Amino acid sequence: MDFNDTPEEAAFRQRAQAFLAAQVEPRAGQTESLQKRLSDKEYMLAAKAYQKAKAENGFAGITWPKEQGGLGLAPIFSVIFGQEEGKFDAPAGPFTIGLGMCVPTVIAFATDAQKERHVGPALRGEEIWCQLFSEPSAGSDVAGLKTKAVRDGDDWVINGQKVWTSGAHYSDWGIVLVRTNADKAKHKGLSMFFIDMKSPGIEVRPIHQMSGGSNFNEVYFTDVRVPNSQMLGGEGNGWSVALVTLMNERLAVGGSPGPDYKEIFEWAKTMPGQDGGTLAEDQSFRQKVADWFVRAEGYKLAKFRTMTALSKGQTPGPESSIGKIITANQLQDITHNAMESMDHFGIITDAAYAPSEGVFQQSHMWAAGLRIAGGTDEILKNIIAERILGLPGDVRVDKDVAFKDLPSGR
Amino acid sequence: MNFDFSDDQKYLKEQARKFLSEQSSMAVVRTVLNDEQKSHDAGLWKAIADMGWLGAAIPEEFGGLGLGELELCVLAEEMGRSLAPVPWASTVYFFAEAIKIAGTDAQKTAILPKLAEGGVIGCVAASEGPGEPRATNLKTVFDGTSVTGMKVPVTDGDCATHALVLAKHQDGTSLVIVDLSGAGVEAKAIKTFDPTRSHATLTFTKAPAQLLGEAGDGEALLHRVYDRAAVLLAFEQIGGSQACLDMATDYAKGRYAFSRQIGSFQAIKHKLADMYVALEIARSNAFYGAWALSSDAPELPLAAAAARIAACDAYYLASKENIQTHGGMGFTWDVDCHLYYRRAKLLAVQAGAPSLWKEKLVRRLEMRNAA
Ligand SMILES: Cc1cc2nc3c(=O)[nH]c(=O)nc-3n(C[C@H](O)[C@H](O)[C@H](O)COP(=O)(O)OP(=O)(O)OC[C@H]3O[C@@H](n4cnc5c(N)ncnc54)[C@H](O)[C@@H]3O)c2cc1C
Ligand SMILES: Cc1cc2nc3c(=O)[nH]c(=O)nc-3n(C[C@H](O)[C@H](O)[C@H](O)COP(=O)(O)OP(=O)(O)OC[C@H]3O[C@@H](n4cnc5c(N)ncnc54)[C@H](O)[C@@H]3O)c2cc1C
Repeated sequence: MDFNDTPEEAAFRQRAQAFLAAQVEPRAGQTESLQKRLSDKEYMLAAKAYQKAKAENGFAGITWPKEQGGLGLAPIFSVIFGQEEGKFDAPAGPFTIGLGMCVPTVIAFATDAQKERHVGPALRGEEIWCQLFSEPSAGSDVAGLKTKAVRDGDDWVINGQKVWTSGAHYSDWGIVLVRTNADKAKHKGLSMFFIDMKSPGIEVRPIHQMSGGSNFNEVYFTDVRVPNSQMLGGEGNGWSVALVTLMNERLAVGGSPGPDYKEIFEWAKTMPGQDGGTLAEDQSFRQKVADWFVRAEGYKLAKFRTMTALSKGQTPGPESSIGKIITANQLQDITHNAMESMDHFGIITDAAYAPSEGVFQQSHMWAAGLRIAGGTDEILKNIIAERILGLPGDVRVDKDVAFKDLPSGR
Repeated sequence: MNFDFSDDQKYLKEQARKFLSEQSSMAVVRTVLNDEQKSHDAGLWKAIADMGWLGAAIPEEFGGLGLGELELCVLAEEMGRSLAPVPWASTVYFFAEAIKIAGTDAQKTAILPKLAEGGVIGCVAASEGPGEPRATNLKTVFDGTSVTGMKVPVTDGDCATHALVLAKHQDGTSLVIVDLSGAGVEAKAIKTFDPTRSHATLTFTKAPAQLLGEAGDGEALLHRVYDRAAVLLAFEQIGGSQACLDMATDYAKGRYAFSRQIGSFQAIKHKLADMYVALEIARSNAFYGAWALSSDAPELPLAAAAARIAACDAYYLASKENIQTHGGMGFTWDVDCHLYYRRAKLLAVQAGAPSLWKEKLVRRLEMRNAA
């Protein structure tokens, strides 16, 4: 057992470190982050410049085939870059979904000419992609979607509504899953297209998140025309194409998504405790710190085990489903405890008063979304139970029924 | 990154599982459960001695196989899975490790070769009452040559040949070795929550004893031994947790209620998914503990504490929810669920309960951060 890189991995890591040190600043407290300092517009420019630099220096499309401008390297190198990037305040967010999920789907199913046109600009940060799957009545059960496409000559005409589309407001392209046949069973009547987000008839309306910001959107389709040539994977095969997108979900490599045991414990040294000392000296608090440490370390070490498998050329299985369950719930729990331990003062978000400029309060909001985005806790537990433990699937009421005859609620 | 056991170690684990599924079947475990006179299964003890496992991590010069601590970890996992009713943990994780790290050459030569053959059974006699044994609450005393006092409970105290005794000595505490066949020793079996492992009171009346390690350093040494044992115990706990998860998963697939497999109900699925997540956290922390133990890393104290806390959590969860998944059957004597529930509790309170380890962990974290 050891934690060493192979010589090849070590060389790559070193190159990545040097690149990052030259390009971006180390991760600082949340309030000083790039995203906070810059306007949305400036941040987007910084993000595009950073992505361009990655492409020019050989750190973009790490696992993609060389023909597509990728590096053709094994997944372990992607993990290594992610580990190093996570130590910096790198403006990589706007590209996560596009480069992590959408463009790999394009690479898998588009024609050579289409790949030639789209992959390079995406890789260089010139064009941003979004994922248009979820709908008001189809989230966890995304195959229940109703947005429909009807063939008209060489085109298809799309009508319907998508929701929760992260980044739709700044995206140039999107992949959109639609129903092309409602007489077939739910999973059989779907098709996937890639689409120009500036097509006439697409209307993007930002959604005001409970956390205050607006990073996701409603996207309305009214008689939007898309050429048949932009269908990915063939008519009626949308579900298998969507599974490729979802499996490409970037390997969780970063650190925790907000304050973790380290941050709360450091902070607790400056907070009053119940027995006259600091919070960090309170027994009940210390017991919780130990639990948080064990979970954070356990998850970090579980990723090391995944890296070991990757390093040996194995592909990671559904085990990675445990990651978000652990980190999202831990974030919610830590921030909840931080706020309660301040007593009445914990309610303040005003940066003039709130300790750590309100990072615990902000993260407490964000944690609630994290438990839902990209697969809810419940869906992830179903995946663990069914795919890892081999338990029987739920009783299905939607299998052999035409989609149009299925019940749908609110 | 090579954060995994080697192919050889995995092979050893496989062999161990096969061997124990025959030699330490539930029928064997139940002979000890059902017979109050029986402290352990002597046949199994001899069989594992013959396999060389008792000396797996003892250097060849002291009669062992000279394998490493990683090999011991994989064996521990399988011993835990099989609920082996033998004084293995007491002898190997605590007693042998203590002699290995603190014994003089003479002590090692006198004890380790015999231990590797199965002729020495060790135990730890530290507890005297509720709470963590400390200089401030111990009554047992060591006068330089003999020890006097009473210890309760002592895991494997009624079948052990040697005890590691924590006693007051000079201004602090010392760890001393007592040959239990000598004068002034009385062992009396007592009943516990886990009858598949024997427990006793040990009463010492001027029993001859020899110092292990430095005089006055007993508690610190015992905690060093506990750090090593914690990692090995964690592997036993993982083995037990995995057995519970396997058992519950199997049952959930085969048992029908409301004309469905109960494993198709989400209440059961999510329960088992929670067990899986806890077990993965425990396994990952235990792996790190194994690495620290086998490489004598300065990270060991923190890694051991994390391994122990995660393993105690995972085993408790897995053992109680395994019963729950079995419904009424889970509450019977004849179904094995309760054996794990019992063992989980023993392993959680032996060598310090999780709440003590949580405080230790945080103190160690503070020390690491200060360094
Ligand atoms: C921050 C954020 C960003 C997002 N970005 C995107 C994006 O870019 N593109 C995109 O397409 N989507 C995106 N989503 C949507 C996201 O994928 C869905 O919100 C998620 O899949 C849940 O779907 P839903 O909101 O319809 O909830 P529902 O599916 O209606 O779920 C409601 C509740 O029911 C539970 N539930 C549902 N089915 C089951 C079941 N079978 N068993 C047990 N419990 C069940 C859920 O766990 C949940 O608790 C985003 C969401 C968030 C919060
Ligand atoms: C101490 C004790 C005393 C008892 N005394 C009596 C008595 O006097 N008279 C009598 O008639 N019975 C008695 N019982 C039986 C008791 O009522 C049953 O054990 C209980 O109803 C569970 O049924 P089961 O054992 O068949 O488990 P199962 O029904 O097989 O359940 C196994 C597991 O599946 C779960 N499960 C089952 N169906 C569902 C579902 N739809 N959704 C989610 N989870 C589900 C259960 O919660 C359980 O975890 C007693 C049981 C005990 C333990």
